[in-house]
Amino acid sequence: MTRAGNSPMIGQRRAKPTFAERFSGWRVQLVVFGLLAGFAVLVGRGVYLQVVQHDDLTKRGDARTLRDVTVPAHRGRILDREGAVLASSVPARGILAFPDQVEADEKQIASLAQILGQRTADVKKKLNSDRDVVYLARSVSTEKADAVKALKIPGLSLQNEFKREYPSQEVMGQVLGITNVDDIGQEGIELSQNEWLSGKHGARRVMIDRRGGVVEEQGSIRSPQQGRDLQLSLDSRVQHIAFRELKRGVEANRAKGGAAVVLDAKSGEILALVNYPTADPSDRSAAANGGLRNRAVADLFEPGSTMKPFTVATAIDTGVLKASEQIAMTGGQYTLTGATIRDSHSVGSGGYASVLEIVQKSSNVGTARIAERLPNELMSRYLQRAGFGRAPQTGFPGEAHGRLRAAQTWRPIEKATMSYGYGLSVNLVQLARAYTAFANRGSLVDVTLFKNGGVGRQARVYSPETTQIMLPMLERATHRDGTAPQSQVAGYRVAGKTGTAKKLTGATYVDGRYVASFVGLAPVSNPRYVIAVMIDEPSTGLFYGGQVAAPVFSQVMAQTLRLFEVPFDAPTPGVPGAETAVAAIVREGN
Amino acid sequence: MIQVIWNKLTDHIDPILFALVTIITVLGLLVLYSAANETMSRVVSQSQKVVIAVIIMFVIANLSPSFIARFAIPMYIAGIILLLGVALGGEVIKGARRWLKLPLIGNIQPSEIMKLAVPLILAWYFDKHEGAISWKNFLVAGLLVAIPFALIVRQPDLGTALLVGACGFFILYLAGLDWRIMIGGAVVAALAFAGAWEFNLLHDYQKERVLTAFDPGRDSQDAGWHTIQAAIAIGSGGLVGKGWLAGTQTHLEFLPEKHTDFIVAVYGEEFGLIGALLLFALYILLIGRCMLIAMRAQSLFGRLIAGTLGLMFFTYTFVNVGMVAGLLPVVGVPLPFVSFGGTAMMTLFVAVGILMSVATHRKLVGS
Repeated sequence: MTRAGNSPMIGQRRAKPTFAERFSGWRVQLVVFGLLAGFAVLVGRGVYLQVVQHDDLTKRGDARTLRDVTVPAHRGRILDREGAVLASSVPARGILAFPDQVEADEKQIASLAQILGQRTADVKKKLNSDRDVVYLARSVSTEKADAVKALKIPGLSLQNEFKREYPSQEVMGQVLGITNVDDIGQEGIELSQNEWLSGKHGARRVMIDRRGGVVEEQGSIRSPQQGRDLQLSLDSRVQHIAFRELKRGVEANRAKGGAAVVLDAKSGEILALVNYPTADPSDRSAAANGGLRNRAVADLFEPGSTMKPFTVATAIDTGVLKASEQIAMTGGQYTLTGATIRDSHSVGSGGYASVLEIVQKSSNVGTARIAERLPNELMSRYLQRAGFGRAPQTGFPGEAHGRLRAAQTWRPIEKATMSYGYGLSVNLVQLARAYTAFANRGSLVDVTLFKNGGVGRQARVYSPETTQIMLPMLERATHRDGTAPQSQVAGYRVAGKTGTAKKLTGATYVDGRYVASFVGLAPVSNPRYVIAVMIDEPSTGLFYGGQVAAPVFSQVMAQTLRLFEVPFDAPTPGVPGAETAVAAIVREGN
Repeated sequence: MIQVIWNKLTDHIDPILFALVTIITVLGLLVLYSAANETMSRVVSQSQKVVIAVIIMFVIANLSPSFIARFAIPMYIAGIILLLGVALGGEVIKGARRWLKLPLIGNIQPSEIMKLAVPLILAWYFDKHEGAISWKNFLVAGLLVAIPFALIVRQPDLGTALLVGACGFFILYLAGLDWRIMIGGAVVAALAFAGAWEFNLLHDYQKERVLTAFDPGRDSQDAGWHTIQAAIAIGSGGLVGKGWLAGTQTHLEFLPEKHTDFIVAVYGEEFGLIGALLLFALYILLIGRCMLIAMRAQSLFGRLIAGTLGLMFFTYTFVNVGMVAGLLPVVGVPLPFVSFGGTAMMTLFVAVGILMSVATHRKLVGS
C-alpha cells in the first residue's frame, strides 16, 4: 500500500520542474512553519511579560510614576511665659530646577540670581548641573518666590516649605536653638522638643510624569498632624535685661564670654538664660560655627568660692559647726600632706575668724578647716542633694552633668579644695539651682525651661534653721565689708557669694586666667529670684567675682525686681535690718 | 449606472486584503491618538498620509502585474543612483548619512525605495528567465541584492540593509535557491558577522544594541532605557490591559519613541495580552492572505512578488515587535500600518497595491 501510494508522484516528475512545483512542498511548509514559529515566539514573549512578569513590571512602573509627596505639618510656635512669640514658622518656598529643561537667557538668569541674592555664576553652575533636579534656594519668602515665578523660566518649580523665624534674634539664640531647612530641630529647645513642636507630616500620593511634574492627584494618604505650641518659662523682658547687662559686662571686662541665669526661686522656672557672645538663629552660618552653644548648660567650670556656702551649711546642718564658733586661721595658710592652702587676703583678727567672716570675706583656709570636720560620705551626700554631679534637667539638650567624684576616693587635700570649689565642676544653671536651697528655706527646687504654673518639685537639702543662719551671712558678703558690695540693689536686701576660680590649663592652675562668678538672691526677706552670673577670662586686670560678675548681677536683679514690682525690703541703702540680724547671731554665739 | 461605477472602482480591490489592512490601520490610528496624549494633530497628519497612500494603492492595484514589472529596472537604477548620491552628499542626521536633499521633492531616504525595488527587480528577473533558471541567474540575483545592501550598510543603517537583504533572500528562496547554498550562505553570514564583531568592523553603537538586546540592564540610561521602559509598559498591561487612553507609562512620557517604532508598547499596555493576540491574529490573516494571493498568482513575477511582500510584512512585524519586546536589538523598523510616519506608510500601501494587482489580474483560465 505504501509503495503504491508513492508511485504516482514519481510518474509525474518532469525533467524541468515548473515553478508551480517549486512553489509547493517543503518550501511552502517551511514558510508556514516559520511564520507560525515567529508569532509563537512573540506570543510567548507576551505571556512572559504580561502574565509571568506582570506584577514585577507593574511595580517597577509604579515606582516610576507614583510618588508620595510630603504634606508638611506646621511646626508649633515657641512662646515665652507671657505668650510672646519666640519662634514661629511662616510659609516659604523652596526653588527647584530641572537643569535639562531649564531654558533661560542671560538676562533671566541675572534677574533670578538677583532675586535669590546669589551670584549669577553660582546660579549658572547649579543650572548646568548634570543632576536631575537641584535646589536653587530654600526657605525663600513667598514674595521672592512669586518674583521668580514671574520670570516664567521653564524647568523651575516651587515647593511649599516653612521658614522658621526668630523675632528675638540673638537674645534667645542659644536657648531656642535652630531648625534645619526641613524644619527639623537641630539644636536647643528646637531639638529637644522637636517631637512636640513638629507634629507629623502628612503624605499624599501623586502621579508624576518623566519630568517629575505632578500630573494627577491620587488622594491623601495621611493628613498632616499640625505641631503644637510650646510655652517656655522664659520671660522675654527678663531675657532682654539679662542679655543686655551680660553683654555690657563681658564687653567692659574684655572677657572671652559669659553667661547668666535668672531663676524663679519658688517655682524653679528659668526666667532668663543668656550667653554672650551669641548668634542669631536665623543666620545659619553663625549658628553652624558653634555660635549657638548654650554655655550656661553645656559647659562646665570649677566654681571656686561660690561653693563655700554649701560647705558651711552642711557643717551647720549636721551639727559639727556652730554659727558662733571662731575658727583658727593658722596665719592665713594651712598645709595638708604637702600642699598649702592660702587666703589671698587676711580674714578675721587675732588668728581667729568667725564663721560669718569666713563666708563674708571668702576664706579658703577657714572653709577647709570646717570641711575637715565633715566625714567624706556626709559631705558628698549633701553636695549630691544640692544637685552637684547631677544634670539640672531643664529640658535642654546636651546638659553637662558636672563632676563630683566618689567620696571614697577623696584625699584630705582634695576634700579641702572641694570645700572652696576646686576639684569639682558645675554648669551655671546647676549652680543657680543649688542656691534655691538658700532661697527656699532649705529646699532645692527642680529647675525647668517650661512654664510650670508656679509650682516646682522641691527636695529638702538643709533644715530651715540652717538656711536662716546662712542667709544673713550671704547677705553680709554683699555689704561694704564683704567681697561683693557691687552686687547691692537699692531698696532691696540681697544675699550672695562671689567666686573667682583660676582656670585649669592642662594639669595646672595658672595666674591670669579666671572664671569670675556671682550667685545671689533677693529680696532676702522673701527670696523671689536667684541669679547666677559667670564671666569667662576677664582681661582688663579686674578679675574678682565681686568686681566683674557682681555688677552684672546687681543690674539684672534690680531691673527684674522693678519689672515685677517686688516690694522693697530695705527702705534705705545701708541695710540696717541685716546688720541687726547678723549682730544677733554673733551675740548669741558669744 | 452606480453599480457600474462601483464595479469599476472595486474591480481591482481585494476585499479581504483591504479589510484587514483597514482594520489594522484604524487600530493604529486609535493607538496613535493615545500615544499622542489624546491630541489630534498626529492622527490627522497620519490620516492624510493614509488617504494619499490608499489612492496610490488604488492606482497601482489597477495596473497589471506585467505593467508594474516594467517599473522594476528604472526604479532599481534610480534607487542605486540615489544611494550613491547619499554616499557622496547625503545629509548627516544623528551620525548617519541616510537622507538625500533633492530639489522640489525635499528630503528622501533612498533606502526606503530599495525595500520595494529589490523584490521587484528580482521578481522581474526570475520571471524573465522562467523555465531556465540556473545557478548563474541566482548569482546575478545575488549581486542585485548585494549592491544596495552594501550601500545601505555603509550609511550606516544596518537595520534597513538587513531588511532589504531579507526581502532579496525571500525571493531567491521562493525562486528555488538550492538548500545547500542556503545553508552554506547562512554559515558564511554567521562567520562574516563573527568576523565583523571580532575585527571591529561594526560600529560601537551597533554592538551596543546587540548586547543591550540580550541584557537591557547593562545600559539602563540609554539604549537599554528604551527596552526597559517598553517591557514595563507592556508587562504592566497584563492580561487585559489598562484600557484605551489609560496607559500610564505611555501618557507620562516614560516610553520613548512611542508614536513610531515603539508604538506596540503603547498598544500592549492599554490592550494587554488579549489585545496582542488579536493584533497578531490580524497580521497572520494579512500575511496568510498575501501567501494565498501568491499561490493563486498566474505568473512567476506575481508569485514571487506577492510571496515576498507577504514575508516582508511578517519580517517587519516580527522584527518590530521582537525589538520592542526586548528579543531583538533596537533597529529602526516600524510596525506595518501602525507606526507613525509617512514614508513607511507609502511603501506599505504601494506593496498592498502590487498585491491587489497580482490578486485581481488573472488570466481567465478554465472559466
